[in-house]
Amino acid sequence: MITIKNLKKSFNGFQVLRGVNLVIPEGKTTFIMGQSGTGKSVLLKHLVGLLSPDEGEIWFENRDLTKLSEKEWQEVRKKIGYLFQEGALFDSMTVGENVAFPLIEHAKLPEKEIEREVDELLSAVGLLEAKDKYPSELSGGMRKRAALARTLALHPQVILFDEPTTGLDPILQRSIFDLIMEVKNHFNLTCVIISHDVPLALHYTDQIAFLHEGVIVQIGSPEEIKNSNHPFVRNFLDSALIDGAKEVSHEG
Amino acid sequence: MNLFYHLGSLFLRFLRDCGGIFIFFWQSLLATFSRPFRARLFIKHMEFIGVKSWLVVSLTALFSGMVTAYQVHHALVKFGGQSVLGGVVALTLTRELGPVLTAIMVVARAGSAITAELGSMRITEQIDALKMMAVNPIQYLITPRLWAGVITVPLLTAMANLIGIAGGYVVGVMVLGIDHGIFMARMEDMVELQDIMSGIYKSIFFGAFLVSVCGYKGYYASGGAEGVGRATTEAVVISSVGILIFDYILTTLFF
Repeated sequence: MITIKNLKKSFNGFQVLRGVNLVIPEGKTTFIMGQSGTGKSVLLKHLVGLLSPDEGEIWFENRDLTKLSEKEWQEVRKKIGYLFQEGALFDSMTVGENVAFPLIEHAKLPEKEIEREVDELLSAVGLLEAKDKYPSELSGGMRKRAALARTLALHPQVILFDEPTTGLDPILQRSIFDLIMEVKNHFNLTCVIISHDVPLALHYTDQIAFLHEGVIVQIGSPEEIKNSNHPFVRNFLDSALIDGAKEVSHEG
Repeated sequence: MNLFYHLGSLFLRFLRDCGGIFIFFWQSLLATFSRPFRARLFIKHMEFIGVKSWLVVSLTALFSGMVTAYQVHHALVKFGGQSVLGGVVALTLTRELGPVLTAIMVVARAGSAITAELGSMRITEQIDALKMMAVNPIQYLITPRLWAGVITVPLLTAMANLIGIAGGYVVGVMVLGIDHGIFMARMEDMVELQDIMSGIYKSIFFGAFLVSVCGYKGYYASGGAEGVGRATTEAVVISSVGILIFDYILTTLFF
């Protein structure tokens, strides 16, 4: 479980996060939604120490992450994976080498064992045939799947997804979310997902948190969110949900 | 008012860069002692910074040596001192031209590539991705390059000295007609080990300096493709000018 308490962050005098409070339950999927530029990625980057807050606490495994040294963060980052929006694959390495990288760095396994694990991870994301390709030869969806395989390599307990489906067509978006849910269940992961996709969020998640003007204005199950009376949440949902999409959400 | 504001902000930026580069260098140096040791990367960067720069450094040294011989001969002939040509050419090369021109050519060829590569890694979040995989990016990306620079720039300098002197010999002896024996004897008389070493010591400093500046500018690049281009230009300008300034300071203080 991750608990965020009163998290504040400013850039050049502009306060992006104004006191975020959020509990991310273990083994569940939490969607963070909100308008573009409201600080969702900023919030996520605090959970892995890529940004440090001006004020506030982040609790994970009985430790306040905001007080950790860079060395202590290295241990935490083996447990909290982060999937970058564009994948952030190393473009000088093949897909296979990308996935092997964290294993070579940390797992201390013999070469054959690493090879086997890489094949397993790439099979899990349906990308074994692209093992020897370079990231520049992959499509957007394939890059995200390769990045997911690399993130899974260290067997994290939590994975943070920064807009995992941006730039993909609806069918691919759906398949990426199916994949995320598959690996979530397979590896028993806690997932935190930033997304603008309301129908998919309502369909896939356990809880949804709405970030607006630097604070979480509402948090709840998809059912609670659907019936929300908060003006911002209502507006966001009404703008995003078309009839067809609502039906998708009801299926869940 | 605007002028003062502009000058002030330039000065603050200069101070920030100086501090940043020094801290960056220090972090890279300290990271040398943390495991795992990255021998393979170190060798790869030695090849990139050192081996692949040999041709451009050799050509620069050869023509610098040749033109130095011409110019020095032109001056010496005015008072009949052309017999010392070999010594003067060798001193100029080993003490000044060898280390400075080598370092500047390495900046142009390898330093700019270091900034561009790191800058592109920064804007595509690959450096953050390294962090996320619990790898210290400075230890992985910068430390091996720093040591590769510290080792290869003096080696290239030694090579440049030799080739430059050979160029000076060709012009002095074969073109201008100085006697081979006199050319070599004056060189042996005038050049001491200390002269050669002063150039080598400076080149060790230049190697560390150019990797620190180019690494720092790329590592902290921002602003997309345009930002990477800007960082590369700044890295090349700061490194080249810095090498000339530090050359003067080091020569005055120590050599």
